Amino acid sequence: MTAPSIAPLPPAPPLSWRTWAAMFARLLAVQGAWNYELMLGTGIGFAAEPALRSLPGGPTGEAYHAALARQSRYFNAHPYLAAVAVGALARAELAGQPPAQIERLRTAMCGPLGSVGDRLVWAGWLPCCSLTALLAYGLGAGAVTVVALFLVLYNAGHIGLRAWGLRVGWRNGLRVAAVLANPVLRQGPQYIARAVMLLAGAAIPLAMRRALAGVHLASSLNVVPTPVGRTPVVTLLAAAVLGAALVWLHGRVEGWRGAALILAALIIFSVVR
Amino acid sequence: MPDLLPFALLGAVFGLDVVSFPQAMISRPIVAATAGGALAGDTSAGLLAGVVLELMAMETLPVGASRYPEWGTASVAGGALAASLGIAHAGTLAVAALAAVLTAWVGGWSMYGLRKLNGAWAARRLPALEAGDRRALAGLQIRGLTADLTRGALVTVVALVVWRPVGTWLVARWSLPFAISRAVLVAVAGAVAWSAVWRLAHGAPSSRWYLIGGLAMGLAAMVLL
Repeated sequence: MTAPSIAPLPPAPPLSWRTWAAMFARLLAVQGAWNYELMLGTGIGFAAEPALRSLPGGPTGEAYHAALARQSRYFNAHPYLAAVAVGALARAELAGQPPAQIERLRTAMCGPLGSVGDRLVWAGWLPCCSLTALLAYGLGAGAVTVVALFLVLYNAGHIGLRAWGLRVGWRNGLRVAAVLANPVLRQGPQYIARAVMLLAGAAIPLAMRRALAGVHLASSLNVVPTPVGRTPVVTLLAAAVLGAALVWLHGRVEGWRGAALILAALIIFSVVR
Repeated sequence: MPDLLPFALLGAVFGLDVVSFPQAMISRPIVAATAGGALAGDTSAGLLAGVVLELMAMETLPVGASRYPEWGTASVAGGALAASLGIAHAGTLAVAALAAVLTAWVGGWSMYGLRKLNGAWAARRLPALEAGDRRALAGLQIRGLTADLTRGALVTVVALVVWRPVGTWLVARWSLPFAISRAVLVAVAGAVAWSAVWRLAHGAPSSRWYLIGGLAMGLAAMVLL
């Protein structure tokens, strides 16, 4: 992404707490009307709207309507990092930047905010938190601990990223391109990927073992857990071999589809034999 | 069936979380199935279903325009089935997992339909959007959120209405031993998780060594605990 040639911005005026909170709350619903034509477009306009009310003439003025129309057009990005775009675009509108520059910024932000967010969050932070919860389960944690650990950990990153995005977007306006050079965004996915590998190595076998052991046949059912003997070792090896096959078949078979087929075969075999 | 109402509400909220609001990942199987199980009276069964489904859902990335399984409503149904069919039965978890996977597939299609509907609504309101009409914009957002909430409730209810009797019938005729049934299910879920993790993370420098290190720690914990 290249920064457009722009005049220096004056220091960012402070956003009122109420406006910031309204924008942040609306950002949580930025994909509320997601569709294949405008994608996040209407969500961006919806989230930026509280700030646009400060344009000359207020919410009935011409500047407000023109800005809202501009911000509601096609836009695509990762939903969490859309906060960066909302902050930057609202700031640019309130600074009275030319519409053509604002349009260029919108277009330029789509790709980077999408690809960085996908790598950082969907392919990094989400599996990292998921594996942490599975590790806790594998080590014997109860339902409340496992669920709370996952939700608190994940949302610390989720809420923090959205809040940070809105703040730096608003602070930088049209010069927001520099934000994407932030080390967390550039290097973060690699560090998180290593953490994912480390956690996976420990969490998947431990979670599988506990799921096999029948420890959930809990007191309420008064059933003694079924002894599993060498089953965990055999199951772990089978999972590793089948997993390797799925990697080898990458792109040709989705894992969940393969799982559905095997489960259907298992059920049919068990019921009709 | 008034007993379905709490599940419909739970499915609606968790289905909404997948994409529309607030994407806090309460829709992940480890959360949603546990909640479904708790609502059906057995939190542990829900958690167990959630763990198995979470392993399978590891490969699902909710990336933009792609169509993917919708695990929120599916996990509520899966957790509720695991709890209500009786987790002590050999076939319960496998049946609940298959029901959840198929529901996730249907849920993915329902999200695709909703997106097309959102597109049609937006196209109809395009002149108002181009005029910067605040009411039109807010109306589209609220309509989209409401439709997604309804979608989640419907998918959950349909899944439970279909799978409760089918699941009961299948579990009653189950003949494989508990250990084998559970082992096949867990091996399949683990395999999906392994392949997903590998695809997501093996490109990072030295990541293979981190995986080996993690495996060593995990195996040591298995021996020691």
